[in-house]
Amino acid sequence: MAAEPSRVETFVELIRRASVDLPADIEGALQAGRKAEAAGSLAERALGTVLDNVAMARDLSSPICQDTGTPVVWVHHPAGVSTRRLEEDFVEAVRQATARSFLRPNAVDTLTGKNTGHGTGRGIPYLHFEEWDHDRIEVRMILKGGGSENCGAQYKLPDGKLKAGRDLEGVRRAVLDAVFQAQGKGCAPGVLGVCIGGDRVSAFSESKHQLLRPLADVNPLPELAALEARILDEANTLGIGPMGFGGQTTLIGVKIGVLDRLPACYFVTVSYMCWADRRAGVSIDSGGQATWLS
Amino acid sequence: MAELKLPADEKTIRALKVGDFVELSGRMITGRDAAHKWLVEAHRDEVAPYLADSVIYHCGPVVAKTEDGGWKFVAAGPTTSIREEPYQADVICSYRLRGVIGKGGMGKKTLDGLARGGAVYLHAIGGAAQVLAAAVTRVERVFMLEEFGVPEALWVIQVERFPVVVSMDSHGGSLHDEVEAASKSRLEELLARG
Repeated sequence: MAAEPSRVETFVELIRRASVDLPADIEGALQAGRKAEAAGSLAERALGTVLDNVAMARDLSSPICQDTGTPVVWVHHPAGVSTRRLEEDFVEAVRQATARSFLRPNAVDTLTGKNTGHGTGRGIPYLHFEEWDHDRIEVRMILKGGGSENCGAQYKLPDGKLKAGRDLEGVRRAVLDAVFQAQGKGCAPGVLGVCIGGDRVSAFSESKHQLLRPLADVNPLPELAALEARILDEANTLGIGPMGFGGQTTLIGVKIGVLDRLPACYFVTVSYMCWADRRAGVSIDSGGQATWLS
Repeated sequence: MAELKLPADEKTIRALKVGDFVELSGRMITGRDAAHKWLVEAHRDEVAPYLADSVIYHCGPVVAKTEDGGWKFVAAGPTTSIREEPYQADVICSYRLRGVIGKGGMGKKTLDGLARGGAVYLHAIGGAAQVLAAAVTRVERVFMLEEFGVPEALWVIQVERFPVVVSMDSHGGSLHDEVEAASKSRLEELLARG
């Protein structure tokens, strides 16, 4: 069945926007980080290069990073919309965006080691679908690079080595350890998406979903809002800094979600997002008209 | 900030210290996973002259064909270096390499190899694919393109004012070790606070 050209085209543009530009809040946080670093320091220079790179990518409409990551997508749709066709259209859009160099061919056959050449493969991209009462379709996505993905971690509490019990203090200890373990390797300064609870699969999914929240978004649960602020402050005293060069800007955001858990399980799951925190969104009305979301 | 011309001699490289910010100009070569394995399996005479007194860049670029049949680097940031840890010291010493460019730093074996061979580890800014591609002024030639594919091939490139930070020097100094040690003691303080 032929894909609807207009929807595929909208998705290609969504992917382009994600790959070549950063959300304003992320760029603003990187600028603030640069100001906070000592003049002439490696940290200040690293963030200067990062910001120059963001501006160049935007002007050239070319990828911010050559690792254009895995597209991870969340879709809200009205009742009666075919999620199968939505997925087909998005996969086709990834192929077109790859052919147009908005994405690097980034899918490798795990068994043969061969690059598929078109950016899609088994499990790539992957989409989450949820029905809602509105008549529009809303699509939000991130591009998550491999270097930062390798810095993700899942802790099982209690953890004797960290003296982390099954409470928010235990969560704090685990998350700070994850920041320490990552050093600069996830392309710091990063944003953490965290999930407390859930199972091993739902928790990683929710930790990535947290990355859709704007940096200024305040957690509706006051105890988690306080924990987010505390971890952000404390992580920035670790001295890891941009690229791990040392400095005050190790993280620019911490977002924590919670899922209920089995009595036997207490996971703390951390997804590390690099400074190139590429997220984008679009709302498509019933006539196919696209509105870009920030 | 200092400009470092390539090729460079051992004395120039030994003068570099952890924390120095330098800009590279001259000729270098890219190489990542497949290339490092290949370079140590046998001495590759055809590539050796491009490695001697120069640097290898851990990079899998996005390239485009130019109208005259040549190549252009479109996006070219560093990839994570630690994967080359088993090979790097051997490549440095057997090809008389003066430097390695990548991101994330490398381990003890490479640090020892840098000291023995007279070379440095140069950290480029991860993710800065546009800034770094713009510093590549010309693609001279490419080795093993058919066999390895675009990201893994060895690309001989000319660069101008390519910005890097010396994060491991030829005297056993490692910024990565320093930052990790300092952040570890700070983490212990934070955890003791509760």
